[in-house]
Amino acid sequence: MSFPWAKHYEPKHPLMQWVDQRLPLPRLVYNAVGAGYPVPRNLNYFWNFGVLAGAALGIQIITGIVLAMHYAANAGVAFDSVEHIMRDVNSGWMLRYAHANGASMFFIVVYLHIFRGLYYGSYKAPREMVWLLGLVIFLLMMATAFMGYVLPWGQMSFWGAKVITGLFSAIPLVGPTIQTWLLGGFAPDDAALNRFFSLHYLLPFVIAGVIILHIWSLHIPGSSNPTGVEVKGPQDTVPFHPYYTAKDGFGLGVFLTIFALMLFFAPNMLGHPDNYIPANPLSTPAHIVPEWYFWPFYAILRAFTVDIFGIPAKLLGVIAMFGSIILLFFLPWLDNSPVRSGNYRPRFKQFFWILCIDVLVLGYCGGSPAEEPFVMISQIAAAYYFAHFLIILPLLSKLERPLPLPGSITEAVLGHADETSPIAASSASAH
Amino acid sequence: MVRLLGILAGLAFVAILLFSALTGAISFVSDPPMPTAEHEFHLHPKELHLASDGPFGRFDRQQVQRGFQVYKEVCSACHSLRLVAFRDLEEIGFTGPEVKAIAKQWAIEVPSINPETGEPATRKATPADKFPSPYANETAARAANNNALPPDLSLITKARHEGPAYVHSLLTGYQAQPAKLLQEFPDTKTPPSLHYNPYFANLNVAMPPPLVAEGQVTYSDGTKATVDQMAQDVSAFLVWTAEPKLEARHRAGIAIVIFLLIATALGFLAYRNVWAGVKH
Repeated sequence: MSFPWAKHYEPKHPLMQWVDQRLPLPRLVYNAVGAGYPVPRNLNYFWNFGVLAGAALGIQIITGIVLAMHYAANAGVAFDSVEHIMRDVNSGWMLRYAHANGASMFFIVVYLHIFRGLYYGSYKAPREMVWLLGLVIFLLMMATAFMGYVLPWGQMSFWGAKVITGLFSAIPLVGPTIQTWLLGGFAPDDAALNRFFSLHYLLPFVIAGVIILHIWSLHIPGSSNPTGVEVKGPQDTVPFHPYYTAKDGFGLGVFLTIFALMLFFAPNMLGHPDNYIPANPLSTPAHIVPEWYFWPFYAILRAFTVDIFGIPAKLLGVIAMFGSIILLFFLPWLDNSPVRSGNYRPRFKQFFWILCIDVLVLGYCGGSPAEEPFVMISQIAAAYYFAHFLIILPLLSKLERPLPLPGSITEAVLGHADETSPIAASSASAH
Repeated sequence: MVRLLGILAGLAFVAILLFSALTGAISFVSDPPMPTAEHEFHLHPKELHLASDGPFGRFDRQQVQRGFQVYKEVCSACHSLRLVAFRDLEEIGFTGPEVKAIAKQWAIEVPSINPETGEPATRKATPADKFPSPYANETAARAANNNALPPDLSLITKARHEGPAYVHSLLTGYQAQPAKLLQEFPDTKTPPSLHYNPYFANLNVAMPPPLVAEGQVTYSDGTKATVDQMAQDVSAFLVWTAEPKLEARHRAGIAIVIFLLIATALGFLAYRNVWAGVKH
């Protein structure tokens, strides 16, 4: 793994030598996120978001574990136990708002991380496995976030659980039975709340495990970079530590500042007021909407309004919604342009920005009531979403004429080739 | 092969979606959605400014205490406040003995059991008690209110869009049904048991106007108790009941954001320092 010029772990202290010979854990860390991992020297700020997503997961796990000490997963008292945390637990309000807004921050950085990968072609060979594992993490995050939103047992918790598990009832013949099996009853109640709580506690650790695989598979070919040109020699890389630890430290500061502004000054901005009303199975809210990070997918689900060849619209919507994520698993093979970075693909770049606007439009429609003109707009936007990945990208890789690529990363940075390592050059210039 | 299958699947999705959009557009034009009274006559809440607004917001304790007085003398006849305890009143400036007196003199007693017989009984409230509910249960509340359920007010300003402004507008928004509405929608006459209020989602609210006359409560701090003033005060009080830790949150937030800005600035300088001399 990694490049031949990577620095080697050489413990100086006898104790660390003793540990290294028996359990080379410090060596593992050194090679993974220390000076032993050479990284392209030209990464821009969009390469910060992987570390930020890891930090967001850490914040969620820590705040979540403490919240679980005070929360009661019982339909009779769940709502009040959350208010107990808000009112009577020391700094409980901070923990709960950090956890609720932390989920939003986690999705913000993960979406930026995914779109970084889409633009710079990070999913292409030899990094397909990194992309696939990333999508597994994304699916696990969605499941975890959905179940977490059910726990406060407010109106949107209850009706969200009912609508989302109701998706499975669209499966022909066995659908309703599967929904009952998932919920442990005919409607969300104690059984559903308890299993959601159990799984909500479990899945973050599964995510942490898949993250280890994600990073492992990344370290086989090494990090991608904005030019999309592979590393050719020591002059193209700098060690992860201190160069990217310093840059990520700054990025983490910006992330935490934005997070704090939301947590302390607008903690309910992204929530729905109905979730401050206790769950009531007898009163359906006027508009059932999921959390904002599901809106684009919710819009795709609701875009299917017509039965086709006897297939009910609901089933089509469910297939399309899951399909909109499943198709991303095939992306490395749908887009087989040999050029990775969007910087050198003029047509791809235009379609990429259309996709970004398209997903924002889908999100806006998903958060709006299911009435015209939002339904029509989401139908056209959903059509573009599928066309982009399934039709445009495969054709584009055949038809597009990419711009000439730089000879190497160093050439892209300096404007000419250079044989010396950037660190050697900098220390030479310092003397 | 993957690309061919992808293109076929893509064409299928696009065809279905564009067909759906087309049928939707046709029916939208041929059979436009009927306008509804709610759609045309529902009003957004009037603007309301409270001392607790904004990142530096603090509770105006005088106003919150006046709002508590309105709740106690008017709202509490029907609306519970089940998440708030009497002891919490110390946070808005009441002293310990005052809180004790308020709890003891509260018109509704706390459910209890007779220590001799075990029979259901009631007792005087203490500061440790939550505000007792005016009705024993939902059935009793509905029976007393023409089958309408007065909602608990503890979280009301967080459980409605633009909550504080909504409470103020609703309390001051009662009016006669506009003639224009009856002209356009003749079958939407407010039923005799309901009351027209354009700030309520479906325009007809079961709650009779609670604040009707100036001086309905007598403020001890000399503030003139107009209907609008009482509505603003009770809305300020309900902001506190929904978010009692607001001041602590704002205080902590300012300190933490300042700390993070300094830390981020140092982080930026450290980053520039480490990268000095390395072109990237």
